[in-house]
Amino acid sequence: MAELLRVSGLQTHYTSFGGSRVIKAVDGVSFTLREGETIGLVGESGCGKTTTCLSVVGLLPSAARIVGGNIEFDGEELTTKRPREMRHIRGRRIAMILQDPMASLNPLFSIYLQVAEPAFYHQRVRGRSLRQRVRDLLQAVRIPSPEVRMREYPHQMSGGMRQRVVGAIAMAGGPKLIIADEPTTNLDVTIQAQYLEVLKDIQRESGVALIFVTHNLGIVAKMCDRMAVMYAGKIVEQGTVRDLFRSARHPYTQALLGSMPKLGSKEPLFAIPGQPPNLARLPSGCAFHPRCRHAMPRCVEEEPADRLVGVEWKARCWLTDQKPAKEAYAGATA
Amino acid sequence: MPAPLLELSDLQKYFPVKTGSLLRRKVGWVKAVDGVDLAIFPGETLGLIGESGCGKTTTSKLILLQEAPTAGTIRFDGEDVSRLQGPDLMRYRREVQVVFQDPYSSLSPRMRIGDIIAEPLEIHTDLSREALAERVAEVLELVGLQPDLARLFPHEFSGGQRQRIAIARALATNTRLIVLDEAVSALDMSIRAQIMNQLEELQQTLGVSYLFIGHDLATVAHISDRIAVMYLGQIVELADSLELCARPLHPYTQALFTAALPAHPDERHERLAITGEVPSALNPPSGCRFHPRCPHAMPRCAVEAPVRKEAAPQHTVACHLY
Repeated sequence: MAELLRVSGLQTHYTSFGGSRVIKAVDGVSFTLREGETIGLVGESGCGKTTTCLSVVGLLPSAARIVGGNIEFDGEELTTKRPREMRHIRGRRIAMILQDPMASLNPLFSIYLQVAEPAFYHQRVRGRSLRQRVRDLLQAVRIPSPEVRMREYPHQMSGGMRQRVVGAIAMAGGPKLIIADEPTTNLDVTIQAQYLEVLKDIQRESGVALIFVTHNLGIVAKMCDRMAVMYAGKIVEQGTVRDLFRSARHPYTQALLGSMPKLGSKEPLFAIPGQPPNLARLPSGCAFHPRCRHAMPRCVEEEPADRLVGVEWKARCWLTDQKPAKEAYAGATA
Repeated sequence: MPAPLLELSDLQKYFPVKTGSLLRRKVGWVKAVDGVDLAIFPGETLGLIGESGCGKTTTSKLILLQEAPTAGTIRFDGEDVSRLQGPDLMRYRREVQVVFQDPYSSLSPRMRIGDIIAEPLEIHTDLSREALAERVAEVLELVGLQPDLARLFPHEFSGGQRQRIAIARALATNTRLIVLDEAVSALDMSIRAQIMNQLEELQQTLGVSYLFIGHDLATVAHISDRIAVMYLGQIVELADSLELCARPLHPYTQALFTAALPAHPDERHERLAITGEVPSALNPPSGCRFHPRCPHAMPRCAVEAPVRKEAAPQHTVACHLY
């Protein structure tokens, strides 16, 4: 399928104190996304997941700046676009779903006005067809009796319902890419499962591509085709979800998978020692080495580069050198 | 079987709902906890799982004596807790402690770590200053922190370390039961595993009991010996953790398992059979409270509330199907 998004060597830095302090929140992130595909961006808090997404949609806070790399979306370069041009892309071709639906909905406007807005501005739909459009959108996210619900206000709805409205707004402009930043963190488990199914159905029907930002590997296993694991501003491993869950090559990915409790098993969890590093004071060499089981002297001195370890499978670890690439390749296809 | 450490029998907590500003008319009751029977044994972890609004936290508040029950009794060591007074009540408060979800709001930013941990000791014991400092160092070491960190303030710690401090505070008074109210939900994955392992280790060395309240099935199932599933103020199913994972009986429990996220992409996903959301506890459905969402609902379910009975050894369920 055609490539939709290509992020290459993206560097987004936060500067403070007049540039004397630089936080490299995103430091050389590269990934691609094809049409209709779902990629999971996984990592612990502060690893740069959200900053990566905000860079793509051009909604970075004023302290942050893209200092390097390219974001190519649907054949267009986004990093050089002016805010005005980005406004035509956001909402129409790229939409975003945020974690807290109460914060992303305006309490003073009815559901109808908020769902209609992207279609009104971007596609100039008016009148009766706009109403029909809103009804269809609410139906697509399975809101019962949409005619009644669209006259209501956000406070009259439950959390799960609100998040579905946000999903409807995201779909309203007919986007090719939806970025969902921890969309189910505040939802209960059964509501979360319902919402994820709604998202999957929408994707099946419209062929929209999804970037799923999450710290929950279960969501990745359920929803995503590929995943990218971030640590300290870099993608340390990326590949298909199956490959990574089956035989992750980077120790951090392995550790994350080991720290995940599995239903019906009481095996002790693998706890990664220490804490995620402070981005202002990153360790030398590979940023993961102080917490890594397999750290070698080389890890402290030199930073490993991205290496191909299989089909569409990359990892940043010196350990991948020890296995010849051919063998890793065979393992990936087996 | 040993005697239970804590026993809840037919525990109820109703909150009145009032309207109007001047004449505060009572219009109904929110039945937050409605007839809960539970027992926690020494050295055991009992998991309490349910969605928001099902009464998990109200149950924990009743145990911690932050709320007075509308009806029913709580027995600790065989004694009715509501009758405790003076030194006996102090002993109960000393031996039952709590760790909350958010360590950013549960630790006072103005107190040093040492003072936070020493505070319950100052209230409950008459240790000298040196003995206090010694005990603080001891519990800090128990939870895997350096004793010399006692001089620092909470803002100097990460979320995981703060949660360790909260656990240290809960342990300081020779505690026998700790209520862990979503104690690991706010933590990052790698840190969550650290804290869960730490809790298990502490239980093995100290023999403390846990009431582990959570909404994530895999987490609760991993740490608990037995699990109670709560829905709209009632316990619908109670079983050994592994037994419950292998054979969930109640349709609600089954739905929770279906909704649980897979641990591996190859796991088969079934589509969730239940729809809708948890109804309001203000007007709970008649009969079995789960019947409006239940895929197996029968006419009888709308009329008659099922009683929790043993469906398999050590496995009780409140459902007309069994």
